[in-house]
Amino acid sequence: MSGELQLTRRALLVKLAILVNAVLAAVLAVPMIGYLFSPLLKSKEYLQWVSLGSTETFPEGQTRLATFRNPFGHPWDGVTDKTACWVRNVGGGKFQVFAINCAHLGCPVRWFPQSELFMCPCHGGVYYADGAVAAGPPPRGLFEYPWDIRNGKLMIRAGELPTLSTRA
Amino acid sequence: MHWFDNISEWLEQRLQIGAPLRELVLHPVPRRSASWWYVFGSAGLVLFVMQVITGILLALVYAPTAGQAWNSLQIIDRGISLGWFLRAMHGWGADFMVAVVLIHMTQVFLFGAYKFPRELTWVAGVFLLLFTLGMAFTGQVLRFDQDAYWGLGIGAAIMGRVPGVGAYLVHLMLGGPIIAGATVSRFFDLHVFILPALLAGFIGLHLLLVLKLGVNEWPMPGRLVRRETYLKEYEQLTRDEGVPFVPYAIWKDMFFAAGIIAAVAVCSLVLGPFGPRGVPDPTIIQAAPRPDFFFLWLFALLALLPPQMETPVLLIAPVVVIGAILLLPFIAGEGEKSWRRRPIAVLSLTVIAVSLAALTHLADLAPWSPVMNAWSSDPIPKVELQGRSPLELRGALVFQEKQCRNCHALGGVGGRRGPELDDVATRLTEDQLIRQVIQGGGNMPAYGKNLNPAEVTALVAFLETLHPPGQLPARDASRTQAATAASRSTPSRP
Repeated sequence: MSGELQLTRRALLVKLAILVNAVLAAVLAVPMIGYLFSPLLKSKEYLQWVSLGSTETFPEGQTRLATFRNPFGHPWDGVTDKTACWVRNVGGGKFQVFAINCAHLGCPVRWFPQSELFMCPCHGGVYYADGAVAAGPPPRGLFEYPWDIRNGKLMIRAGELPTLSTRA
Repeated sequence: MHWFDNISEWLEQRLQIGAPLRELVLHPVPRRSASWWYVFGSAGLVLFVMQVITGILLALVYAPTAGQAWNSLQIIDRGISLGWFLRAMHGWGADFMVAVVLIHMTQVFLFGAYKFPRELTWVAGVFLLLFTLGMAFTGQVLRFDQDAYWGLGIGAAIMGRVPGVGAYLVHLMLGGPIIAGATVSRFFDLHVFILPALLAGFIGLHLLLVLKLGVNEWPMPGRLVRRETYLKEYEQLTRDEGVPFVPYAIWKDMFFAAGIIAAVAVCSLVLGPFGPRGVPDPTIIQAAPRPDFFFLWLFALLALLPPQMETPVLLIAPVVVIGAILLLPFIAGEGEKSWRRRPIAVLSLTVIAVSLAALTHLADLAPWSPVMNAWSSDPIPKVELQGRSPLELRGALVFQEKQCRNCHALGGVGGRRGPELDDVATRLTEDQLIRQVIQGGGNMPAYGKNLNPAEVTALVAFLETLHPPGQLPARDASRTQAATAASRSTPSRP
C-alpha cells in the first residue's frame, strides 16, 4: 500500500517537473519568438520621407535615375542600403517616381528614352513612360513612391522593397 | 601492436560500440544489391562530408555581412593561395551533390525501393532532397553578388504574391524592409546552422532505417511486395544469398565516391569557382540576373507560364508536388517493384526528366529576355541595307533607335522576345505592319505615342523590304482588286 502511494508521489513529481519546465519554456519562448519575428513587429516604422535632391536635377519631360540611401540602414548593409528609382518629371510641377523593381518578379527595369519604354531584362516585362504595363507578364504597372516637394527638393516616402503586397 | 589492442579494449569497456559496429559492417546485403546501381546514396553522404569540410574552411575567411561578403570572396579567391580552389570545390561539390541526390532518388524510384516497409526511408529522403536544394539556394545567396541580390528580390516578389500574409512573409524572409545586412545574416544562419543540422539529423535517420530494414533487394519482375509476407521473404533472401556489406558492397561505394570527389576536383581545377559576378549594389541596374543551374528550370517556368496562372502555380504547385512525392509510398506501397512492369512510373519519370531538361535548356537560351543592348551593339545586316531608298534607310535607323532590336532579331542577332523579322514582309501587309507598330498587341507595346507619322512611314517602308529574295511581300488582295477596278473604270489612254 505504501509502495503504491510512493509510486503515485513519484509520478506526481515527474508530472510537476514536466509542468515546471513547460511553463518555463513557454515564458522563454516569448522573447525568442518575438526576436525571430521582430522584422514584422515594426513594419509601420519602415517608411520615411527621403530627399532625391533638388527638383531642378529632373528636367521637365524626362525620366532619370535617382538614388537614395535606405532611411533605416545599418553600417554593415554596405552598398545594399542604396536604392535606385526612376523619376519622371511630367511637367507642370507634377512628378512620378517609379520603383526600380519590375512588378512581375522584382528585377531592375531600365528606361529607354528613345522608345520611351521601361524594359525588364528578366522576363520581358515592358512599361510605358507613365508606368502602365505595355507588354509581358507584369500583373500591374510599375510601383510608385508617394512624392512631395519641400524647399525645392523632391521627397519620396520610401524604405521598403516593393512587392505585390508591400508598399513602394 | 599490443598498445593498440590495449587502447581499443579500454575504449570498448567504456563505449561498448564493438557489437553495434560489427552489426553495421557485416549486415547482410542481398547479393545482387551489392551492385554499381546502389552507390549513389553513399556518394551523396561523402559529398555532404566534403561540403562540411570545405564550408568550415570557407567560413574562416568569409565575412557574412551584406557590406563585406563580396569583398571577402575576393580575398578567398586571390588573397589566399588555392583559396579559389576550395571555393570552387564547395560550389562544384554543391552541384554534384544535388545531381547525385537526384540520381539516387531516381534509382530508388525505378527499383521500387520506397515500397513497404521502407516508406519512412523515402520520406526522410524527400526531406533530404528539399534540404539539399535549400542549401543550394542559400549557398547561392551567400555568394553575395548581383545575381544573389536580384535572386533574393525574386524570392521576395514570390512571397509578396501570397494573399493576406504576403507582406509579413517578405519582411520575415528579408529580415526587414529591404534586402540588406539582416538578409545576409539570416541566409548565413540557414546555410551554416539550421539546414546542415537538419541534413545531419535526417541523414542519421535515413541510414538507421537502411540498417534496420536492410538494403532493397534487386527487383525481379513478378516478385510482388505484400505487407503480410514481405518481411519473411526478405529475411529468407538475405539468409540464402546475403553477403556482408563489408567487403562485398563497400568497395564499389568507395570507388564511386572517390570518382565523384575526383570529378569535383577536376571541375574545380579546370573550370574554377562560380562568380562572384558584379558587386551587389542595387543602383547598378545593368544587371541581368540568372539563377544557378539547378534553378534554371524554375526561371524558365516563370517566364513561360501565362501571367494569370503564375500566382496559383507558384503557391499551390510546390505543395501538390511535394505532397504527392511524400505520399507515393503510402499510395503505391505494395506490388511490383521492377521498372519493367511499371510503365506508368517509367513514363512519369521520363515526362518529368524531359520537362526539366527542356526547361533548363530553354532557360539557358532565355528567348523571353530582351537583349538590352542589341539596339546599340548589333548592326543591321548589310544585305538589308544595300540598294535601299533613303526612306527605307531612315526606317532602318528608326528600327535601331527605338530599341525594336532588343526584342526582334535580324539575321539571327538580337532579342527573341518577339518574332524574327527577316521575312516579316511576307507575313504582314503594309496596313497590318502600320497597325502592329502603332497599336502593338500580341505582347508588343504600342508605339503610337512614341513615333511620329514620318517615323512610322519610314519604319514600315523598311519592314516592307524584309523578305527573302524571290519571295514577294504580302499584299492586301482587296488593294489589287481596287486598283484593277480603278484602272478599268478610267478610260485607257491611247
